[in-house]
Amino acid sequence: MPKVIKTTINVEGRVSEKFAIVEGVELPPWGENEELGIVGYPTPRIDGAARVSGEARYTYDVQLNGMVYARMVRAKAVSAMIGRVDVAKAKAVRGVLEIMTPENAPEIKMGSDQTHLLSSEVRFAGQPIAVVVALDPYVAADAAALIEVHYEERPFVADPEAALAEDAVKVQANKPNNLLNGKPRIKERGDIQAGFAEAEVVAEVRVTTPTALHNAFETHGCVAHWEGDQLTIYESTQHAFGVREFAAKKLELPLSKVRAVGTYMGGGFGAKFPGNAYTIIAATLAKRLRRPVHLMYDREGENLEAGNRGRTIQRVKLGAKRDGTLTAIEYNGISEGGAAMSWIPMLEGPASMMYRCPNFRSETTGVLTNLGPMAAFRAPGFVEGMVGLEAAMDELAAKVDMDPLELRRKNIPDTDQLDDKPFSSFPVAECYRRGAAAIGWERRNQRDQATAAQSNGRYRRGIGMSSQIWWGGGGPPAYAEMLLNSDGTATVMTGTQDLGTGTRTILAQVAAEELGLPLEHVNVTVGDTLQGPFGPGSGGSITTGSMTPAVRSAANDLRNNLCDIVAQMRDVPQEEIEIRGGVIYRRDEELASVKDVMGKLGDVMLTGTGSRGPNPDDVSVVTSGVQFAEVEVDTVTGQVKVLKIVAAHDSGRIMNPQTFNSQIYGGIIQGLGLALTEQRVVDTGRGAVLNPNLEFYKVPTVADVPEIENILIDIPDVKANSTGAKGAGEPGIIPTAAAIANAVANALGVRIADLPITPGRVLEALERESS
Amino acid sequence: MIEHGPQKTAIMLDVNGLTQYVEIEPRRTLLDTLRIDLGLTGAKLVCNMGNCGACTVLVDGVAVYSCLTLAIECEGKRITTIEGLSEEGSLHPLQQAFVQHDALQCGFCTPGQVLAAHALLERNPQPTEAEVVEGMSGNLCRCGAYRGIVEAVLTAAKEQAVTSKPGSGKTA
Repeated sequence: MPKVIKTTINVEGRVSEKFAIVEGVELPPWGENEELGIVGYPTPRIDGAARVSGEARYTYDVQLNGMVYARMVRAKAVSAMIGRVDVAKAKAVRGVLEIMTPENAPEIKMGSDQTHLLSSEVRFAGQPIAVVVALDPYVAADAAALIEVHYEERPFVADPEAALAEDAVKVQANKPNNLLNGKPRIKERGDIQAGFAEAEVVAEVRVTTPTALHNAFETHGCVAHWEGDQLTIYESTQHAFGVREFAAKKLELPLSKVRAVGTYMGGGFGAKFPGNAYTIIAATLAKRLRRPVHLMYDREGENLEAGNRGRTIQRVKLGAKRDGTLTAIEYNGISEGGAAMSWIPMLEGPASMMYRCPNFRSETTGVLTNLGPMAAFRAPGFVEGMVGLEAAMDELAAKVDMDPLELRRKNIPDTDQLDDKPFSSFPVAECYRRGAAAIGWERRNQRDQATAAQSNGRYRRGIGMSSQIWWGGGGPPAYAEMLLNSDGTATVMTGTQDLGTGTRTILAQVAAEELGLPLEHVNVTVGDTLQGPFGPGSGGSITTGSMTPAVRSAANDLRNNLCDIVAQMRDVPQEEIEIRGGVIYRRDEELASVKDVMGKLGDVMLTGTGSRGPNPDDVSVVTSGVQFAEVEVDTVTGQVKVLKIVAAHDSGRIMNPQTFNSQIYGGIIQGLGLALTEQRVVDTGRGAVLNPNLEFYKVPTVADVPEIENILIDIPDVKANSTGAKGAGEPGIIPTAAAIANAVANALGVRIADLPITPGRVLEALERESS
Repeated sequence: MIEHGPQKTAIMLDVNGLTQYVEIEPRRTLLDTLRIDLGLTGAKLVCNMGNCGACTVLVDGVAVYSCLTLAIECEGKRITTIEGLSEEGSLHPLQQAFVQHDALQCGFCTPGQVLAAHALLERNPQPTEAEVVEGMSGNLCRCGAYRGIVEAVLTAAKEQAVTSKPGSGKTA
């Protein structure tokens, strides 16, 4: 019997109360000492063969009969009203089928104030202003180059600090100023003034972090295909069901007539959630032309328009007793949102949650500029906010003459300070202990005492650390179905996604474990709204915590159905039946294989359904952890070399250590990029992005990767859900840049407040230090 | 007014041991020819300027960026794509090593990584770790699967996975 429940869901700090329908009985969680045979063991990903052989079909690879190619034409002006768009020359190119411009774009509302699919108001260079469809992508490009756009150009602002000025040019003319919601977001608890009055020591830092570009290797885009009145959208997305809902809503179609498919996708990192005009543009053009339309961004378009982690300017002020006890935290952050911003990343998240402090106040400002819009990027706000908080903590440690790790240990929170609930599990002290041992933290203090770090040698080494906190517990609604085939193999069907995170594999592990089948007898379908029930969007590290309990529940349902059948066929009590390794036992007596039983039944299919149960009311579910970084700075070239990163993260039960490691390594490597090399460079005078490519936007290469030791904490969070697992996608990136920045400060004895820590900035800092 | 470039021209390409006939404009890249005209979508377009290596294929056993190579330059040469590496449905040992070491996440760069590794081992069958790092530096991975990639290539080297000339689809 389906039950309606109400539960609290937290995605990236955005808390909501949701109704959900839960089916089946809530299974007791696998205990800490549960004997599991498949879950928790290193398991090569089940879709590995498809991904290494070129057989995995990504959206970009979709080819359909009669398919034609769309190409975005992007604004060259930074801020302008579009006058005439002359398409005559472009239309004359042989092979051009259709050109959509603001003049003929359908009236479909997009974003907060856009009335048509293509806007006639340009707010940043790179904004889509026309779309060409042609038989071949080369022809589309030829035609795009022949479109003449007449702009009525306006003044613009491309610097976040300038955009804050009262007399600044307004990015969105209908708004009172360039602040999202007109004002900063303020959060308070306790009494901040009393907290600073009580403080014996105050430490303050100002840091900045750069605009980072996701650069998912598969760009944004989709293929739209109509068959009669049925629309299929293939989209590189983090939420297939969200694409279906978005397309149905905008095109006024019944949900039952829309299918969204994103079975393989080439990276998302937060920016690939539904709600993008291109989906509707492709569907509209496909309908007009009666042909499937392939619309993928190119790299430049991706980097100009498809999202970014906005630049931040942060001030963090800490008050503490001489013994290091925090008495006040004041946080002030500005986050650049570009030309469109619907929410402000939770820059204040780390400062408000990571360390125990009764008195807290934050002001976080989202500021619009005439540049490409921000999008969620792997732990949005927390990566940036952790850089500020952890810099301040190191400064405070120096002021109270305390070991930085000891200072953090002293201020471990007892509860989630956002809602005063105890944590379901919060083993951060264990992460500190094991991480510190692995990096050899004691060497840092010995070196400090000997002032070896300030020695005159060319190479200076330093060690730094940063803590991590984030959510990742997931919750309902999340559903799964299972089918047991007549040959004894099983299929897990869900509408969740595998972004490359390993979702398919852990779902297969859970199903095999619960059902008693060998792993290789279980297949998993994801990312297709016609091949499985609703799964939530894969963001906020919620997929594991949402989907593994749902699949376990479905597998359990299927197992009960199978046992019921066997009981009837063999006339044995159902409760004595066990299934292990694909074989059915009555206690220890082997009865038959699952394959034989199913084979005897002929053309039948057993099914199971399951869902994610409600979240616990009385606890807060978070992930936590720490990273330590050791660096070597070349004082002649200014080059920073990261020698080693030690990571220790709590994500509850580790379902698959192999893919868990990959998630953490991947987070660390992106964090390393933010710390040292990655930054979108803008000529603010021209409003132009100078490096919307992979030539000058420097993502880490294989040669930049340090030794990484990832310590498996692996403590099942039995209060969180029935598998005890939490997410791992975002935790790995949260502390990396902060830890590296602290390590560099430790090496040099002077803090470089602006990320990325480029050789130029290192040399400048050394010069300031010596003068 | 420019309507179009030079007309299409007919060429024969040796791809994964099969002779393919295509009629393409001279400006068409090898990548687009493979993907659009021949349906071999394993090689990917990512940066479109020779920075990332996701479009890597082998031409006469040498790794090339197919987004910067014209198809008409490749007539008479042996082209091997990722689809030509596995044989009769079983993975090449190098591909197996990639799976075993989880040398990928999203997998979008993986076909290029595998072929770059193949070319590297062809040049240098027993590379040191530093040589693998250097040899694979032309292939970016945004998911950061680098450590697995290095391990996979070293494992494949140890197993002598790449011992014969590629190009015919046979890589004993």
